Amino acid sequence: MIGLEFLNIAPQRFAEQAPALVVVGPLIAACAAVLAPGRRWAWFLCVGASAFAFWMAVVLASEVARQGVISYAMGGFPAPLGIEFRVDALSAMFALLISGMAVLTAVFSGESLETEIMSSKHPLMQGGFLTCLAGLLGLVLTGDAFNAFVFLEISSIGVYAMIAMGGARDRRAYPAAFNYLIMGTIGATFYLIGVGFLYAATGTLNMADIAARIPTLTSDRSIEVGLAFILIGLALKAAVFPLHQWLPAAYSHAPSMIVVFLSATATKASVYLIIRYLSTVFAFDWQVETAFMAFVLAPLSVAGILICSMQAAVDPEIRRILAYSSVAQVGYMTLAIATATSAGVSAALFHLFNHGVMKAALFMAIGGAAIHLKSQRLSDFAGAAKSAPWTMTAFGIAALSLLGAPLTAGFLSKLRLIQSLVAADWGWAAAVIGLSSLIGVFYVGRIFEVVFFRSEPEGGSAVREAPVSILLPLWLLAIANIWFGIDATIPLGLAESAAGAVMGATTLSPAGAP
Amino acid sequence: MEWTAPLLADPSLLFGAALLVMLAAILCAIVVSRKLLTSVALTGLFTLVAALWYIAMDAPDVAFTEAVVGGGVSTLILLGSILLTRESAEPVSPSRMVFPAIAVILAGVAILYAVGSIPGFGDPASPANASVGRDYLERTYKEVGIPNVVSAVLASYRGFDTLGETTVVFAAAVGVMLLLGFGERALGDPARRHEALNPDLVEEIDHHVVLRVATKIMIPLMFLFGLYVLFHGEVGAGGGFQAGVILAIALIVHALVFGLSETMRAFPAAAMRAGASAGVLIYAGVGVINMLNGGAFLDYDFLFPPPLEQALSGPDGHAGQHYGIIAIEIGVTATVASGITAIFYGFAGRAPDIASRGASRGPESGGGS
Repeated sequence: MIGLEFLNIAPQRFAEQAPALVVVGPLIAACAAVLAPGRRWAWFLCVGASAFAFWMAVVLASEVARQGVISYAMGGFPAPLGIEFRVDALSAMFALLISGMAVLTAVFSGESLETEIMSSKHPLMQGGFLTCLAGLLGLVLTGDAFNAFVFLEISSIGVYAMIAMGGARDRRAYPAAFNYLIMGTIGATFYLIGVGFLYAATGTLNMADIAARIPTLTSDRSIEVGLAFILIGLALKAAVFPLHQWLPAAYSHAPSMIVVFLSATATKASVYLIIRYLSTVFAFDWQVETAFMAFVLAPLSVAGILICSMQAAVDPEIRRILAYSSVAQVGYMTLAIATATSAGVSAALFHLFNHGVMKAALFMAIGGAAIHLKSQRLSDFAGAAKSAPWTMTAFGIAALSLLGAPLTAGFLSKLRLIQSLVAADWGWAAAVIGLSSLIGVFYVGRIFEVVFFRSEPEGGSAVREAPVSILLPLWLLAIANIWFGIDATIPLGLAESAAGAVMGATTLSPAGAP
Repeated sequence: MEWTAPLLADPSLLFGAALLVMLAAILCAIVVSRKLLTSVALTGLFTLVAALWYIAMDAPDVAFTEAVVGGGVSTLILLGSILLTRESAEPVSPSRMVFPAIAVILAGVAILYAVGSIPGFGDPASPANASVGRDYLERTYKEVGIPNVVSAVLASYRGFDTLGETTVVFAAAVGVMLLLGFGERALGDPARRHEALNPDLVEEIDHHVVLRVATKIMIPLMFLFGLYVLFHGEVGAGGGFQAGVILAIALIVHALVFGLSETMRAFPAAAMRAGASAGVLIYAGVGVINMLNGGAFLDYDFLFPPPLEQALSGPDGHAGQHYGIIAIEIGVTATVASGITAIFYGFAGRAPDIASRGASRGPESGGGS
């Protein structure tokens, strides 16, 4: 299914522990990295632990493909008494995406941190990064509603501080990090209040158990309110319009390493939880939920897509352009999810995977340029393609993919999105994606004009070629953008089996258009 | 159903209602006050009343945690952060309060809408008490073998959550160390060592002989109490988290009375950093040992290889569970005590900077107290 089965060479007893090891590995390495005697050691631990997590994620994904859902009882206590890790194709897909991006970010981080953070603090940065990785992986693997809250916190707490570390170069990172801290904490608190209501109504924290008990309840009130709190909290974390205000500032002023990783994974893990709650915990055909998706989620997605695309089109700073585009892309995903069809969810997941691959490449290229260029103004990138051809060509490939140009990954997933919307009789929504792509042509075109066609300023461009340790992961991502644009077996296979796992074999009737 | 009885008929309900009104009043005062020092003092008060309320609801473990974490350490850290900023907040214009107010009112209405369908407090037939809750009560002694069910749930049944919460403390400490450093500025410049933490206090400290002597007697007792709470968690209220906070408070009190540099000489910042990560390593390490012995992660029945477990526990003992819980509680204590101390060092270590900045800026921005 995933083309990486050859990596599934772990002995059976080892493979059985993979659900725990994929989280515990990075966690132990995080503690070790904080104690590391020097920055080289910390970097080495970071790359090693991320690679280990990726390997375990591959083992998990191929086991899930072979034998179906894997349940792992933490502490040996069966659910709902203990905490269960429940790995299906959806979890496995996210674990692969997150750990794979972590490996590339870890390789990238060595040279990138060198210029952005004082070297005595590298071990702490790497430790914080690995803690965040463990948190995100736990978040997508756990089958327990409260355990998910704990992992939501683990993946966020260190990140707030690491975003603020961008303040040494750009003081705007401090208010950005503070805003994110406040908004993120409100989001997590809302999620927790929602879980509290579910617990009061069902007496259990295990997601599958909650799902089984909801139909037996006489009163729907606490379930309805619980669902509302959980979805609002997660929407804040996933930067769904209009709860996205923390994201553009946080992404444009944080250290490059953090932005690369977060843009590819963090909001996506929250999208995962939204899908998990909408499909597994609550029934997709529940009246309240269908109404919510058609009359709240879909209009908000459309507003987010259009408004944030336009903001991206006029912003003068390159990282902020990309950040606004990220919010618009989250809108694509939630719009397709709102159709409540298997094809819609599968298209959303396909696009989510591809978007991770392209945004990581874009921010990585900017991070490579940032080694010599402190400014983020688009105009300062004039003629950058001449002074840094390798870095900027990879950037160009990923930007074309973001636009949805043919022969790139972005093209195929955008096509899927439109197909799934048309199939659900949401032609107007497909038109919105088309319109937003037109705006996309404008802002990607603006970047292209400056980077590739404008002449260098007097005295040459300040952008220099990025070092090999950055070019290597960057070009891997750029090639992936082309490869997945020609042969999409891997991401499409992952997305379809993931959507199949949560939507069941039965085709659900599409919700009516608002 | 007695819990629907009128308020006056049930004294415990009346007590609870009175505490709730107090909590609401304190919250309003916190929001209205522009003096940050007042707000911080009130948050301390809020926690203490909340802790009382939890006691009234028969949840001493929660009350204990609330009291030591909310009333003790959070208040101290908030005070430390006020030291680094200014003492009063700028008034917020009403137009900026419109959207937050709408959001808060909507959330409140949603909660009120759902409250009607929540089972009464203490209702034995409620889902929370009838299903998993009852299973814990019935099975704890058989499966874990300790009398305190709360500790069994926290450390054993849901031990993985507790590992996660310990990791949150670790991550918070890493974050503060990243941003504020380890208090090394207080030690770095010998000329400024004596002014670390609070220059005024250090000047006057010699007049406070009673305070110093009393603190010297208090601190060993606090350490002893911390260790008691740690090892007594199996049978009574307490456990690693509370113990860690108490140990950290003992160190913070030492720093407040004898100066930060004295404390940092006895408990160096590097040791605190190591302790914070060692605690998580101990906790996760127990889980790894369980896996090596053939069990699931954090299944303490596999703390020892199966034959040794049999030999140690006899017919119906739970040696693995006992030793496993003690081991992970020690890990929690190490991370919490060192992590909170490191966070305090980070804040307090910045005080000399602020003091010198304040002095150069003149009286209008210096301390107003």
